[in-house]
Amino acid sequence: MTATEGTRGGAGAEAERGAGPGAEAVAGAAPRRVRRRPDWGKYLTWAVLAWLFAPILFMVAFSFNDAQGRHNVTWQGFTLRWYGDAFAYPDLNAALANTLSIAVLTMVVSGVLGTLLGVALGRYRFRGRAATDLVMFSAISAPEVVLGAALLSMFLTMNVATGYLTVLLAHVMFSVSFVAITVRARVLTMDASIEEAARDLGAGPVTTFRLVTLPLLLPAVTAGGLIAFALSVDDFIITSFVSGSTQTFPLWIWGATRVGIPPQVNVMGTLIFAVGVLLAAGNVLLARRRAR
Amino acid sequence: MATATHPERAGPGEGPGATALPAISLERISKTYRSGGEAVAAVRELDLRVEKGEFFSLLGPSGCGKTTTMRVIAGFEDPTTGTVRLHGDDVTQVPPHRRDVNMVFQSYALFPHMTVFDNVAFGLRRKGVAREELNRRVGEALELVELAGRGRTRPGRLSGGQQQRVALARALVNRPSALLLDEPLGALDLKLRQAMQIELKRIQRDVGITFVYVTHDQGEALTMSDRIAVMNEGRVEQLGTPAEVYEHPATRFTAGFIGTSNLLSGEVADTGGGVTAIEVAGAGRVLAAGGAQAGGFPAGVRVDVTVRPEKVAIARAEPRGDLVRLRGTVTEVVYLGSATHYTVKLGNGAEIVVFQQNSSDAVGAAERGDTVWVSWRPEHSSVLTN
Ligand SMILES: Nc1ncnc2c1ncn2[C@@H]1O[C@H](COP(=O)(O)OP(=O)(O)OP(=O)(O)O)[C@@H](O)[C@H]1O
Ligand SMILES: [Mg+2]
Repeated sequence: MTATEGTRGGAGAEAERGAGPGAEAVAGAAPRRVRRRPDWGKYLTWAVLAWLFAPILFMVAFSFNDAQGRHNVTWQGFTLRWYGDAFAYPDLNAALANTLSIAVLTMVVSGVLGTLLGVALGRYRFRGRAATDLVMFSAISAPEVVLGAALLSMFLTMNVATGYLTVLLAHVMFSVSFVAITVRARVLTMDASIEEAARDLGAGPVTTFRLVTLPLLLPAVTAGGLIAFALSVDDFIITSFVSGSTQTFPLWIWGATRVGIPPQVNVMGTLIFAVGVLLAAGNVLLARRRAR
Repeated sequence: MATATHPERAGPGEGPGATALPAISLERISKTYRSGGEAVAAVRELDLRVEKGEFFSLLGPSGCGKTTTMRVIAGFEDPTTGTVRLHGDDVTQVPPHRRDVNMVFQSYALFPHMTVFDNVAFGLRRKGVAREELNRRVGEALELVELAGRGRTRPGRLSGGQQQRVALARALVNRPSALLLDEPLGALDLKLRQAMQIELKRIQRDVGITFVYVTHDQGEALTMSDRIAVMNEGRVEQLGTPAEVYEHPATRFTAGFIGTSNLLSGEVADTGGGVTAIEVAGAGRVLAAGGAQAGGFPAGVRVDVTVRPEKVAIARAEPRGDLVRLRGTVTEVVYLGSATHYTVKLGNGAEIVVFQQNSSDAVGAAERGDTVWVSWRPEHSSVLTN
């Protein structure tokens, strides 16, 4: 094996140098032997991946667990029962519907606002730019418990009834910064003269944004939007402060822990995960298509 | 030579005699950038008139305000003071997308997410040009830059020179009244650069559009332009045809920036009959005749006078005729094949560089250590104003 390896290395080097003046000399020399060392990087990568995927694996596995009684914590055999019976808890269905619709709305609203914010921060100098930066980063770095409590007192002070709308507002609030930062990073690496070229060729500011800026920002916008979606689906702490009587998927599960989490939760978790994987794969494919 | 190809040009006229309205005129344009607390004056009180159909170059060192001037013309920068006119109309307040000029950016700035065809069609689509005409014009533009058949390619797949030509086609296809090119060849290697220079000049002749061309390469400016504005520190140092600017530099800066020149300092001794006599202490008397430089210097004023190395002759025997004649010692001889460069030290210590073609009778005109005469015709002296 080592011998083949060596030959291959030699041939490659020769091909690289092509028909240059040195080619003959190289062909004449003995091919250099390449000793393979164990590839630690590869093993480490797999270990990290396994670590990341273990909880997901368990979630998926236990959605097929033939659990008896209230607790779905020990493996008791394979079944597809819970998939057929996925929507047995009307409360859980409602909570899931809330979570998904809030996540989609969060994605859209913070996607739009975050894009505009990111472009403004990356492209223009204006009064209050530094302040906007500060607010954005503090929204990301502030502890969620503090943000949640603060939001709750704000809504109470302003006499806003907590519920679906306040959850949505809170989610947009904390995810818009992520979109803005992703988009801004992209804007900063983009050649500003490309947009100027569009202006120069007769496109007004709006047309320029639509035909040139936005398409070039699209990878960052979709990435930011997906982050917003994921953050919204996940969020428990802030949501628990501002949800009032509205249930979301994480809140419902938290409530159910005391009495036992039904396998339906795993089923829904698995389905959401599957949709997420599909979306991410779609994004990658799209990016590849665009790169071509 | 270049001027003859533009019958519609309104003459060399920066003077009031020019009849047609200039394609572009800048009137007392200043642009001051404020970054942090300090103000940077990029352009200072600039006056320029670019005639219709002209190949006009802005030549100057890095940071002298060339790009800023272009961006003011295109509308990307608001001048701090002054007026921009296109064909006589004040466009100072008109946004870039409503100005009838197009720019070719130094970085090309092609739209990476569009095909070459869509890049070139961009401007026409904004104007709502009908499909058939659009296809025809884009096709013609791509043919003009020799990229027909590459319409479906993404710009990222093209070489630097090809991208440059797409950028050119994308601007030209709109038939703007003027095309602004900001160091369009800056990113190319020497060979491609020279090929593109010829091609650009050909295209400009074919389409007859006014070109304003920014470069810091004097050779490029001299070979391509009808007129050159030499810029320095936000101002125009000198404006004229390549020959005028080269043969008769008006300022120290121009003399030093374009080509090699010999510089002598002296005092005006005598003016009369269109000839200025300058006494160079320790070296002799230098005459300057003809051109704008000759008149208007009162006796006693200290001035500099320059002469281009290739105008100077070198000989062992004293030359005869109406010539500037100075005596000196050869300190260096560099043989270059087709020419020989001599350095001659004059009595006052100043050095004169002489480029001599190696024609049969000139070979071995002098050797190191020889005492020689250097001479030139008074018309080839330029008196510098600062
Ligand atoms: N946006 C800006 N903000 C602050 N200063 C600027 C800005 N753009 C240009 N300048 C300054 O203005 C001066 C002229 O710049 P400009 O880009 O016009 O030079 P240039 O002649 O095009 O140079 P080069 O040959 O290097 O491209 C420089 O001193 C530059 O630092
Ligand atoms: Mg520049």
